[in-house]
Amino acid sequence: MLPTRSTHSSSSARKGGARTAGSPRPPSARRRREILHAYLFLLPGFALFALTILYPIVRAFQISLFHWAIVPGTASTFLGLQNYAHALHDPIFWRALANSGFYMAITVPSQIVLGLLAAVMLDARMPARAIFRTLYYLPVVTSWVVVSLVFRYLFITEGGLVNWILHDTLHLVPTNINWLGARWSAMVALGILGTWKGVGWSMVVFLAALQGVPKALHEAAAVDGARAWDRFVAVSLPAIRPVVAFVTVLLVIGGFNVFISVYLMTGGGPVDQTQVLLSYMYRQAFSFLDFGYGSAISFLLTLIVFVISLAQMRLFRRPAGAS
Amino acid sequence: MVVGDRNQRRALMALRLILLTAGVVVMLLPFAYMVSTSFKPNAMVLEIPVKFFPQHPTVANYVTAWTSNRFARYFLNSVVVAIGTTLAALLLSSMMAYAFARFRFPGRSILFGLILIALMVPTMMMLIPQFLLARDLHLLNSLWGLVAFYTGGNLGFNTFLLHSFFQDIPSELEEAMVVDGAGPWTRYWRLILPLARPALATAAIFTFLGAWDEFTWALTIINDPSKYTLPIAIALFQGQHSTSWGLVFAASVIAIAPVLVIFAIFQRQFVAGIAAGAVKA
Repeated sequence: MLPTRSTHSSSSARKGGARTAGSPRPPSARRRREILHAYLFLLPGFALFALTILYPIVRAFQISLFHWAIVPGTASTFLGLQNYAHALHDPIFWRALANSGFYMAITVPSQIVLGLLAAVMLDARMPARAIFRTLYYLPVVTSWVVVSLVFRYLFITEGGLVNWILHDTLHLVPTNINWLGARWSAMVALGILGTWKGVGWSMVVFLAALQGVPKALHEAAAVDGARAWDRFVAVSLPAIRPVVAFVTVLLVIGGFNVFISVYLMTGGGPVDQTQVLLSYMYRQAFSFLDFGYGSAISFLLTLIVFVISLAQMRLFRRPAGAS
Repeated sequence: MVVGDRNQRRALMALRLILLTAGVVVMLLPFAYMVSTSFKPNAMVLEIPVKFFPQHPTVANYVTAWTSNRFARYFLNSVVVAIGTTLAALLLSSMMAYAFARFRFPGRSILFGLILIALMVPTMMMLIPQFLLARDLHLLNSLWGLVAFYTGGNLGFNTFLLHSFFQDIPSELEEAMVVDGAGPWTRYWRLILPLARPALATAAIFTFLGAWDEFTWALTIINDPSKYTLPIAIALFQGQHSTSWGLVFAASVIAIAPVLVIFAIFQRQFVAGIAAGAVKA
């Protein structure tokens, strides 16, 4: 995978240049000690990693094949793929999937476009650049819990800031909108929160990528008389294309993983109208204690995420031969 | 021609500044409104017309949150959990990263590959088995349960981050220490860790903030109010007192203040961390 340097060469350095590496030989005492040290360095961390991460990943699939007994000591019933079949026939599962898709349809393009726009505007010598960057990034570092509660407050029907602006101030809508009380308006509110919270992240990533574009390319294009917009399309955009693909993949994955904002703003309600995959999984597991079904849902989510990342990586790969 | 050019450039810059400022207003408005509400008496929080500057500002919400609603306790719990997680995760992941960066041993690429693959698995997929595991280990309702699983969850990314940094440290430095008779533990502790301070700072900040803000795992394994961390305390408080927005936001301001301070101080590491996690990978 990655080239190792160092300890091997450093042990030969200690021998004062008596190189024995290269010719196959049984591991020397020194080499055995080196391996032992490596394992000692790894052991505590990897043990914890295996226990808290690797084991649960495997276990998640196992649980999804059972009607899982909550009480320790009682037998769980093996169901095979029945939990998965149940999901595919569960209208709320499909609704949750559609809601997750709708959420992404709002948040992914908007974060790409607005993030790119802000990055392009900041990719120049200009006053207060660092301050702008900091302020755009502020929502990213703020906890999901706090911003979810703030947005829940902003979208309150009577007395919320959003309705006050739209209805009382601008008179754009005839009555106050019951944002969180109906499916699509609630998903829009969640999407607005997602965009607001995430746009600073895509901006910072795009800005770093833009600053990596060689200045000489821009100057050459400028000498040729290309205008700013043409330079952006001809020089910057192709150069940061892999980064755009990368950001898109991460945003889609992030979209599938939306949970806290849904849990705190709508709780998946009214009557499961705004469930997304993870809020539905959480409800099945920790309200109805159906761990098997909950695991099946989260395993399906993982599958979707893997397939989409692979597909997107293929889709965004630069066609062969294009310069 | 030249004058026209300059005017055009000025107009462009003005447009830029206007658009960027409009963006900043949108970014800050929710924060401003939250802070303003936290200073409002409870009767005024849903008042129409909306007031950004409360007529009778009061710090009562902060006092009540900190004293009678035990947010001092939750704050302390969050501090203990976040610091414990940061120290444990940094120690364990830097040791792993050192092994991966500087040693050759059987199974090296398989173990490193497992770490990379696990990074791609959504954390929520592990929630149910992790809950069962924590129950079997008697870690429910325990701050140790938070620290152990937060640490485990941070090991992958930190190991990855530190590993690439360690690789860039010239091995000649280590060879010199070997000549002086220093063993691997001395080299790790005396040479690698001090040289890796910038990367360690980045890892520490992200780990600390991740633990400080974590919600779902804490919600799942903590029921005992004396063990609440700030995120679940705030969320559950809002659930029980759905109209006490002033109190909720006073507690929220208390919770995000340390984050903003850290962010203001360590901005460079933030940007470095994003670049390491995103652009380089």
